[in-house]
Amino acid sequence: MSNKTELAVAALRNGTVIDHIPSDALFKCVKILGLADTTHRLTIGNNLNSERLGKKGIIKVADIFFPEATLNRIALIAPTAVVNTIRDYEVVEKRAVQLPHAIRGIVKCDNPKCVTNHEPMATLFETTGDTPGFIRCHYCNHTVANNKATIL
Amino acid sequence: MNPNSLVSIDDLSKEQILQLLENARYFEEHPNHRILEGKVVATLFFEPSTRTRLSFETAVNRLGGRVIGFSDASTSSTSKGETLKDTIKMVSNYVDLIIMRHFIEGAARYATEVTETPVINAGDGANQHPSQTMLDLYSILKTQGTLSNLTITMVGDLKYGRTVHSLLMAMKYFNPTFRFVACDELRMPREYIEFCRKQGIPFEEHTDFSREVIDSSDIIYMTRVQRERFSDIMEYERVKDLYTLHNSMLDTSRPNLRILHPLPRVNEIAIDVDDNPKAYYFEQARNGLFTRQALICNALGLTLPQIIESGN
Repeated sequence: MSNKTELAVAALRNGTVIDHIPSDALFKCVKILGLADTTHRLTIGNNLNSERLGKKGIIKVADIFFPEATLNRIALIAPTAVVNTIRDYEVVEKRAVQLPHAIRGIVKCDNPKCVTNHEPMATLFETTGDTPGFIRCHYCNHTVANNKATIL
Repeated sequence: MNPNSLVSIDDLSKEQILQLLENARYFEEHPNHRILEGKVVATLFFEPSTRTRLSFETAVNRLGGRVIGFSDASTSSTSKGETLKDTIKMVSNYVDLIIMRHFIEGAARYATEVTETPVINAGDGANQHPSQTMLDLYSILKTQGTLSNLTITMVGDLKYGRTVHSLLMAMKYFNPTFRFVACDELRMPREYIEFCRKQGIPFEEHTDFSREVIDSSDIIYMTRVQRERFSDIMEYERVKDLYTLHNSMLDTSRPNLRILHPLPRVNEIAIDVDDNPKAYYFEQARNGLFTRQALICNALGLTLPQIIESGN
């Protein structure tokens, strides 16, 4: 199975391969990256065997190179993800995603009394120093575990 | 965004808190001070809160300023569907300072982001209420002569009580020891327990409001246990009287002990405590005036030397 994954990666001429996505976060990642409506060649694999994760997902998309800030958005739900940039069949860059301190417009606040659920405005969450693995609403201070966050 | 806005007690450094408390002490000695002559302050109360509104409006009046505003959202354009942003931007055209209370959590933070006019949060739902925390700190300082090295016991609803959460956060600068006394259903939330651990603040959790706890406290901060907080009404009936303070429980307490309560109280402090000199909750409310005068001046960028000079 792992050989096939590598072969599939190599088959991409130019584009991005995001590997080591936890299986349960794969389609959320697709949503965050806005790939549901893409017209580019897109391959999504899920429940592939992974030594690290047990089961993993993978996203391959041709001819799209995401800005770093966009890719880091998926660190929230897929902190293990690794991004490979492919140019002319070669992996020219390989890096882990990194959760930004401020997460704007991605996570819905689960507090029904939060101002972000009542005003036409973007949500904003921040990572907290006190409790790793949790993010806090900038407005109402409601905290939520990264992997439990509701994606807009 | 105006840097003098105050949304959360966390926005203030230790030095700022101490300076505000010093300014409050000055206003206690000189409550009438016409430093806001010619200024207009809006009190926008989207949620009624007579106590807080009167305290803020008295503070403005004693400083010589004028007040406009509303005390209920049903009398404002909010009832016509106007967004908070539009209301704040409109009012910003008229006034030098906005004092706002809202039932929506995070409303004050958002308001600071849409206007250059300073905003003071007078409470946003269950979230923040920094002027309450400042008056609590002022009351502790005034009765104990210091904020440092005190044993503070918080009793009652520690889960939903925003006043105890904010006080806990603000006390991090002053080496406190905490006792949290509550039933299991209303325990101090995990994030504040973690906060104490991270900050190295010693604390104990008790379910029993015992004499031992009372006798080793410098401050007892009582809160109201509300029936609607309980998922199980039988549980409420079982615990509602366990956290009531009676005068006889104070017999062997420390001489410097003072009882605080953000008010309104229901039955968590028995009436017979009121005449005990250790009962401080009514004076505590009075201190709100002086601390709010200090907060208003701070929001308008007025320093203590400027305040003193204006009085001469």
